[in-house]
Amino acid sequence: MRSGKLLPSLLFALAATAAPSGAAADLKVVATTSEYAALATAVGGDRVAVTTIAKPTEDPHFVDARPSQIVAMNRADVLIEGGAELEIGWLPPLLDGARNPRILVGAPGHVVASEGIQLLDIPAAADRSQGDTHLAGNPHFMLDPENARIVATHLARVFTALDPAGKSAFAANLEAFDSALTARMQEWSAALAPFRGRQIVTYHPTWRYFCRRFGLEANTFLEPKPGIPPSPPHLAAVIAKMAAENIRVLLLEPYQPRKTAESVAAHNGARVVDVCQFPGALPGTETYLDLIDTNVKRIAGALAGGN
Amino acid sequence: MKLNSLVASATFAALSFAAAGGAQSSPAAPAAGQPDPVAQLRREIDDLRADYAQRIAALEARLAALAEAPPPAPTPPPVAPVETPAPAPVTVLSGAGGKNYLNLSLDGLFAAGASTAPDVPALEPGGHDPAQRGFTVQNLEMVLEGAVDPYFRAQANVILQISPEGESVVELEEAYATTTSLPHGFQLKVGQFFTEFGRLNPSHPHAWDFVDQPLVNGRFFGGDGLRSVGARISWLLPTNFYSEAYLTLQNSQGETLSSFRSVPGESLFGREIVEREVKSVSDLLLAPRYAASFDLSDTQTLLVGASAALGPNGTGENGKTRIYGVDGFWKWKAANAFKGFPFVKVQGELMYRDLYADASPDGAQPSASFDDWGGYLQINWGFKPGYVAGLRFDSVGGDSGGLEGGDPTDNPDTDALRRRIRLSPVLTWFPTEYSKLRLQYNFDRGDAFVDDEHSLWLQLEFLLGAHSAHKF
Repeated sequence: MRSGKLLPSLLFALAATAAPSGAAADLKVVATTSEYAALATAVGGDRVAVTTIAKPTEDPHFVDARPSQIVAMNRADVLIEGGAELEIGWLPPLLDGARNPRILVGAPGHVVASEGIQLLDIPAAADRSQGDTHLAGNPHFMLDPENARIVATHLARVFTALDPAGKSAFAANLEAFDSALTARMQEWSAALAPFRGRQIVTYHPTWRYFCRRFGLEANTFLEPKPGIPPSPPHLAAVIAKMAAENIRVLLLEPYQPRKTAESVAAHNGARVVDVCQFPGALPGTETYLDLIDTNVKRIAGALAGGN
Repeated sequence: MKLNSLVASATFAALSFAAAGGAQSSPAAPAAGQPDPVAQLRREIDDLRADYAQRIAALEARLAALAEAPPPAPTPPPVAPVETPAPAPVTVLSGAGGKNYLNLSLDGLFAAGASTAPDVPALEPGGHDPAQRGFTVQNLEMVLEGAVDPYFRAQANVILQISPEGESVVELEEAYATTTSLPHGFQLKVGQFFTEFGRLNPSHPHAWDFVDQPLVNGRFFGGDGLRSVGARISWLLPTNFYSEAYLTLQNSQGETLSSFRSVPGESLFGREIVEREVKSVSDLLLAPRYAASFDLSDTQTLLVGASAALGPNGTGENGKTRIYGVDGFWKWKAANAFKGFPFVKVQGELMYRDLYADASPDGAQPSASFDDWGGYLQINWGFKPGYVAGLRFDSVGGDSGGLEGGDPTDNPDTDALRRRIRLSPVLTWFPTEYSKLRLQYNFDRGDAFVDDEHSLWLQLEFLLGAHSAHKF
């Protein structure tokens, strides 16, 4: 059969033309979202080459499993995922397509960032009438810097296991990150301390961990249930609550519907504050510390001005 | 946060208590029989003042030291207690099933509508298309999926349907295992599965963008898609772009192989299907495929593929079928997409079939070759979260090949070759990713139809259980 001979030779030719790309770093790391990428860079330094699957500006619950990511994951030494079902709609086919034993579930290179972290909002029952709840709990835990500290330690341990020659470099990077985080935590806590107990409104329960850490309350959402679009009666109730309890700040992430947020805010003279959970989504948020810093400053500024 | 303020106030109370205790235990214990209480008070106040001045000085010194050189060792955050690392109650790994050994889901797909054509199946060749005026159970799909062990994953799709006659039908659509850890980018798939030909054939009805399958799929692969039992090896090539080669070997007989050995007693281009033995590997279905993908920009991705399905057909010992196809898929998705919207996606496939029919055993029908082709092009626009508008153009046709008489319209048995077109606008609303409501209009025109036909279908889908992640 002619086609039987043609195909293998074509494949061989294609494989031969594909030269492996340049001098690579010791560890190839794929992160599902950019806050893990930022931490991997902070801890790994120049011993890691990091790629991110989801764009920082897009809704992390709905990411396309683009085939180019299969290639990246096929060659990866480390995969970092949040693990609290955030990536469940798009990571499994990539993992399946990548056919890479180094990053399979349970392999040393498969990092589940939520391991060792106490998650909030664990539903009592698996019931989708309550919206798009995650059985493992709220997956937006990385907005609490103390959780980032745990994840950074986790990453340093994994990097060291896979690249023992980098042990001292990873330890030094972790130490630097850790002490920088400690110093910044004092600034951030001080910046938000005057607003202890104040309420803010968010679109989705993204800011629960952040607010818990800094003494704010984020229990009012524009979504009536997680993942369910706002209905007019629900928005009316939110508007009434904001008026009654003098809530003046509404947080909005880059992909969330601005019109809805602005129309709600307009009723009470509240402020819509642009914040983000992923480094790179807003200007000046390239590193993890800058991400939190930007969010803290914006939120503190709005709380100070909004009342 | 309640907890935080509680901890903070408790800390504050404890501190105040300690401070008070410290003040009490500090000097100036009054001696018995002291004559001047005012002088004593004054002395006590002076002592206290001195003591406080000392303490304040010490604190100021400490503060200054702090400001000059921050402590090298990390200190716990001042506001709230540090979280002690504790195992999370449930950790759901991607690709793992949480607390169960398998993921279970049930997907229901129902249609309702009407058509100007009384014989709906003549218009809708797909086995999961609307089958009659009124209501149709298109597909009730049960999916069981999970990791078998560290080396294999497995999946089974069992379909339940209710035929227009009211009979319940069970169909084992797919049941296969795939390897997870073969070296060098290889992956093996073994079992009963959809042949990896083109883009639509390997996908399940609930993942389609329209109520029905394209005409060419119905014509070339029958109502239920090209699928069979066999094995497939695929290789992720070591290229810098996504590039994957597949080779599938499957049985070539059965009702899901209508262009191949099909089912004895059925007919193919007016010829009765006869029983054929499997004498060598060449009597099986061989399906090579190559697919490549490129990210054209940060927001645009292109996926292209070429497939073939080669095997014997049931017209006689020498009957042979070759189907070739090319497919393309392009998608744009906004950089700040919310719930995956907005997006635009364009998908098209073009297929060509070259079928050599053997002479019938009684010699009544001479050998002949038939060529036909078909394709579709569709565009879908997710214009706001949850809403998708689409349009599909379908076309199929063919020539008479070696048939006596030339024109296929002369031969009533070759309706399968006649030209047909269809235009289908569609509007879909996804209340969540677990349900959808879809309205589609079909305009059908065909050489075999007396009049143009018009159909309107409404489709409802619900999905229970594990979220099925979709491939790109």
